[in-house]
Parts: sequence; C-alpha cells; structure tokens
Amino acid sequence: MALLSALLIGLVFGAGIAVSGMANPAKVLNFFDVAGNWDPSLAFVMGGALLVTFLGYRLVLRRPGPVFELRFHLPQRRDIDPALIGGSALFGIGWGLSGFCPGGAIPAIGLLRPEPVVFAIPMLLGIAVARILQDRAAGAANGDRQGAA
Amino acid sequence: MTEFTPLQSLLGGALIGLAAVLLMGLHGRIAGMTGILAAAFAPASAQGGGRGWRLAFLAGAVAAPLLLVRPGGAAIPFDSPVPLGWTALSGLVVGIGVTYGGGCTSGHGVCGMARLSARSIVATLSFMLATGVTVYVTRHLLGRA
Repeated sequence: MALLSALLIGLVFGAGIAVSGMANPAKVLNFFDVAGNWDPSLAFVMGGALLVTFLGYRLVLRRPGPVFELRFHLPQRRDIDPALIGGSALFGIGWGLSGFCPGGAIPAIGLLRPEPVVFAIPMLLGIAVARILQDRAAGAANGDRQGAA
Repeated sequence: MTEFTPLQSLLGGALIGLAAVLLMGLHGRIAGMTGILAAAFAPASAQGGGRGWRLAFLAGAVAAPLLLVRPGGAAIPFDSPVPLGWTALSGLVVGIGVTYGGGCTSGHGVCGMARLSARSIVATLSFMLATGVTVYVTRHLLGRA
C-alpha cells in the first residue's frame, strides 16, 4: 500500500514536471536568460508549487503523524554554513550549463531522449563522490576531537 | 525561443506542490529529488531502510511523461540546446553541488521555502543567482548555446 502510494505520488510529481516545462532544458535556460530570449514561465511553476505546498503543509503537519510512517521526517539543521551557500552556488553553475536540475532531469528520462541520461549518470557519480568526501571529512573531524580529548 | 506558458506552468507547479503535500501527509517525507535519489542508491549500510518507497516514487516520476506522451497523446516539448559534453559535465557539477548544498530546486526551492526554512531560502537565492550568472556568461559573454 505504501509502495503504491509512493508510485502514485511520483506520477503526480513527474506529471507536474512535464506539464510545467521543467523537463525542458531550453525552457529552463530561457527563464534565466533575462538579457536574451526571456521566458518567465518558470516563475509560475515556482509560484504554483510554493502556494500549494505552503498551504498543504500547514494542513498535514497539524496532524499527529503521516499515514504510512510513525513521524514526520523534517530537516533539523538551522545553521547557515559555507557548504550550504557554496554547494548551492556550484549546483547553480551546473544547472546554468545545461538547464537540467535533478527534479527536472529524472522525469525527463521518461521522454526517452539521451540527454537526461547523459546528465543523470554523472550526477549520481557526483553525489556518490561528494558523499564519500563528506564522510571522510566528518571522520577526520571526529578523529581530531578524540585525539584532543 | 520557447513559448511563454503561464497556465500550463502554474498547473504543473500546482501538481508538483500536490505531490510534495501528499508525500509529507502520507509518508512524512520531503519531496526533494536530491535526497530521494541519494538515499535510493546509497549502500544499504548507510541507508537506514526506506529504499522501497523511494524507488517507487522515482519509477512513478519517470513513468509520468512516458504515459502522458504515449497513451495520453500529449506533446511535451523538449530541447537540450547545449553540447552533450556540457550536459555530462553539468551533471557532475550538479551532483557535487546539491550534496554539499543539501538539496536542489524541489527540496530547497519548493519544500524548504514552503516551510520558511532560512537554510532553504539562502540555498535557493544562492543557486538561482549562480544559475542566472552562468547563463549570462555562457550565452552573452562566451556566445555559446
């Protein structure tokens, strides 16, 4: 039941990406190309998504918990650190090079074109490499703390 | 050139929002593509369970455009105007960036901003600015794509 639910929610997400134009790199690039072929459509995607999520979260997060899990899994971090800003800026550079972001590229695989796959495979590699580097840095930091103690 | 599509884009955005609300209400999870992908393909030891719903979500997300185009007969415009090498390089850069940044357009830009998370607002401003600058540099200063 939970798996079927997740599949259907994925379908809604993918349909939203496809209908909105987010699966189309040219459209994404044109949104950012204010000085050229500007296409403001993406502002409407963000606007529609934010409005529904803002109102919907207020309804569902009032409930004691989700249907298929024991509790809501909400991010707990509050700190604004250099990794957040620098990592996000790096993401933006990548997004601006091709027009693909993760949420746009994965549904775009369903359009059966080569480009989304050519994007997604190095992206997964990048995620894996960055996670290994993060784990190593965390391990080194722990070792330092233990050494000091 | 791409056509300005305010109504479709608003409708599509609302569907993305609906998916985010359903995933929270039913599964208690943030609908962030970066987090879902990373955990779906992480080694079992580093994952703490929950691979199943993530793979189901991903399967649905990929199936949606396929169903819209084939049985649905919908036209989903797609044009990737840059060389394939750029696309591959951008995938690597995006993968590293979203991991350090802790999220992407869906996780920070939609779910986090809707929770009024300061981290997500800062992240979204950072990547939107960087994307705009990158597009300006590649299109207008280097004159490519």
